[in-house]
Amino acid sequence: MVEIPAGSAHAVPAAEVEDMELYHPKSWWTKYVFSQDAKIIAVQYSVTALSIGLVALVLSWLMRLQLAFPGYFAFIDADHYYQFITMHGMIMVVYLLTALFLGGFGNYLIPLMVGARDMVFPYANMLSYWIYLLAVLILVAGFFAPGGPTGAGWTLYPPQSVLSGTPGGQNWGILLMLSSLIVFIIGFTMGGLNYVVTVLQGRARGMTLMRMPLTVWGIFTATVMALLAFPALFVACVMMLFDRLLGTSFFLPAIVEMGTQLQHGGGSPILFQHLFWFFGHPEVYIVALPAFGIVSDLISTHARKNIFGYRMMVWAIVIIAALSFVVWAHHMYVSGMNPAFGFFFATTTLIIAVPTAIKVYNWVLTLWRGDIHLTLPMLFALAFIVTFVNGGLTGLFLGNVVVDVPLSDTMFVVAHFHMVMGVAPILVVFGAIYHWYPKVTGRLLNDVLGHIHYWVTFLGAYAIFFPMHYLGLLGVPRRYYEIGETSFVPPSAHTLNIFITVMALVVGAAQMVFLLNLIWSLFRGREAGGNPWRATTLEWQTPQTPPAHGNWGKELPVVYRWAYDYSVPGAPEDFIPQTQPATDGVTREIMA
Amino acid sequence: MAVVLILALLVVGSVLFHMMSPWWWTPIASNWTYIDSTLIITFWITGVVFVGVVSFVAYCVWRFRHRPGNRAAYEPENRRLELLLASGTAIGVAAMLVPGLFVWNQFITVPNDAAPVEVVSQQWLWSFRLPGADGKLGRSKTRDITPENPLGVNKNDTTGLDDVIIEGGELHLPVGKPVHILLRSIDVLHDFYVPEFRAKMDMIPGMITYFWFTPTRTGTFDILCAELCGVGHPQMRGTVVVEEAADYQAWLEQQQTFTQLLASGVPQPAN
Repeated sequence: MVEIPAGSAHAVPAAEVEDMELYHPKSWWTKYVFSQDAKIIAVQYSVTALSIGLVALVLSWLMRLQLAFPGYFAFIDADHYYQFITMHGMIMVVYLLTALFLGGFGNYLIPLMVGARDMVFPYANMLSYWIYLLAVLILVAGFFAPGGPTGAGWTLYPPQSVLSGTPGGQNWGILLMLSSLIVFIIGFTMGGLNYVVTVLQGRARGMTLMRMPLTVWGIFTATVMALLAFPALFVACVMMLFDRLLGTSFFLPAIVEMGTQLQHGGGSPILFQHLFWFFGHPEVYIVALPAFGIVSDLISTHARKNIFGYRMMVWAIVIIAALSFVVWAHHMYVSGMNPAFGFFFATTTLIIAVPTAIKVYNWVLTLWRGDIHLTLPMLFALAFIVTFVNGGLTGLFLGNVVVDVPLSDTMFVVAHFHMVMGVAPILVVFGAIYHWYPKVTGRLLNDVLGHIHYWVTFLGAYAIFFPMHYLGLLGVPRRYYEIGETSFVPPSAHTLNIFITVMALVVGAAQMVFLLNLIWSLFRGREAGGNPWRATTLEWQTPQTPPAHGNWGKELPVVYRWAYDYSVPGAPEDFIPQTQPATDGVTREIMA
Repeated sequence: MAVVLILALLVVGSVLFHMMSPWWWTPIASNWTYIDSTLIITFWITGVVFVGVVSFVAYCVWRFRHRPGNRAAYEPENRRLELLLASGTAIGVAAMLVPGLFVWNQFITVPNDAAPVEVVSQQWLWSFRLPGADGKLGRSKTRDITPENPLGVNKNDTTGLDDVIIEGGELHLPVGKPVHILLRSIDVLHDFYVPEFRAKMDMIPGMITYFWFTPTRTGTFDILCAELCGVGHPQMRGTVVVEEAADYQAWLEQQQTFTQLLASGVPQPAN
């Protein structure tokens, strides 16, 4: 254990700029609809993301029904099946998880946790949401367009994504998908710049970077990554639109489609894959890093113990973010790229396991000698650790280039990425909602409904995705409308498919319990008070709950300590808020 | 304390499931047993970590659960422990990566005596081209594809005239001889995938991709497409027959060459 000098808090610097002038809403419309308050925008983002997420949930039900009972539901034909998987994937990754973590949690938590009155550019922040909503509407329009949405798979690999053998390829589907992504990225950039500048420039006095809660570190780093990664997707979308509409050949070589020579030539389909995964791999961490940050704070708060190895946790986040830009081609080991790249990308990919493992160790070491309160946020955090460890470890199979060869494009991959970037981050989303709902609404979520939701979701999701790995090991390929006759898939695999589908229906139904809880508790939940979890961070120290516009009343908070002063020896309570000055001689701090 | 019990059951259940699962890889039919071995190493290392971490979590939750009067310890950092864990992890990672890269090097290094076999994919059909007596495949390109010349083989390249062309039929391979699989697509991405061979590779229009293997046992195996290629993706099936050299020769002699195909002048059925 390092020596921790007592009473070493940095002197609080004087304010360098005047307090921020906020736009004060003049009507109901500018207060609740076209609001420039980050907290309202956060709720708008969250509600929109969860709504479109419900669509993705229903789509997953439909595709699972097809896999368990092939051909039984007449309306799920091959076209529809591929449209469902495509829309499910894209919605979950971009329109739900990215939007919810950054637009939802980012907007709510960044200003409150760093002690700002609002985001630094409230107007651009408002625009960001409305552009996001427009992107969602364009996406949804695909369902109503002639030919339906694209069925190219969420990776949208050309040439098939723009040809007639794929639903929506020569129709509205792919155009709407690409347009929606372009609009999404424009909207995200406005929000993203806001989050980054607010963290860098808008912090309260005394809130040094190394005093920030890990939630802010996670969201901040993920946003920086997104600002660097999304442009690759943006240009890829624009180029594909040109190929499809203007007859260019960025991604299209000479092609004979169904016996006809097409007028394209010279393009490279694999170029799209490089652009896509240059975005796509960082995207995994854009979803994961906010989850890492949030879960660190949930564990610390509910175990009443400082997060173990805070500095290492911050550096692990930063290192993971940097490394994640040089691992993208591990999605392309069998893509036909130069196979020598395999050596480089396998090495970088497995190296990233080290900082990731450090994070896991530090979470579980935070539990060690803690005072663990098994509240719902803590339960969800525990479920996150289990599913993330499981999904992270299977990443070591797929990241190790030669082991990936038999497993790539099989159900093993589907099981892996659902466990690691679907189930695990969503469990954190739930934990976070149970944790911060009292701040947003002033009321606690119902505990009984919460426990039902927790157990069914955690164990059900594990039962869906853990066995699914073994279907992949057997060799069952992914993205198959039906496996049909083969010599190597035994009938027992079909029984497993039925089991997985039943579990998927049950887990989906449990989310209705959660929705019910969200609505019921809004009116009938127990009054929470300002700081129900006895937490140290700034958002729990606001003068009102829910916090008013401007967050802090007359005086901005001043920060005297790091975010993790739980169970400090000698302190009367088992937590010391960040705003408490170091007068009692028990302030401790890690020297940055 | 239900959560402690459940976490413990989850560990035990996952291990039992792994050991008793009837769903395991197909019996191998190629030389890539090294790939299977690397996979087993990975299963052991990751399995131990999974059991260790989740058991530790379960223990902590049981041992350090909140009881009135409890207070957590205050320990912000422990350099030595953190360094120890990081080094241990690095060693475990290296134990997987090193054999993996070693096998990958073999996987991408085609032996000189490997016989070329071309696989051509289109929506949603497999075709094949084998070299004739000269042991060489003629040049080809997508622009040369016509109804009479479905694989776009260059008519002016004499090495291609004796190439054997199999459109939509079975591929036969002699057992025990290394083959260099050359992959072409004429429309969208596909992926030549035979689970028993353990190898697979995408096929890209405008490029020739490859892998190699040696079939190690006779039998009939399914070819599947492993890269989404449109609505017909799951129906894109083929068959590869691995047989003794004599049977292979007998089969080969019955196939038509590129010259014969051109002479017949009959457009082949597209599907």
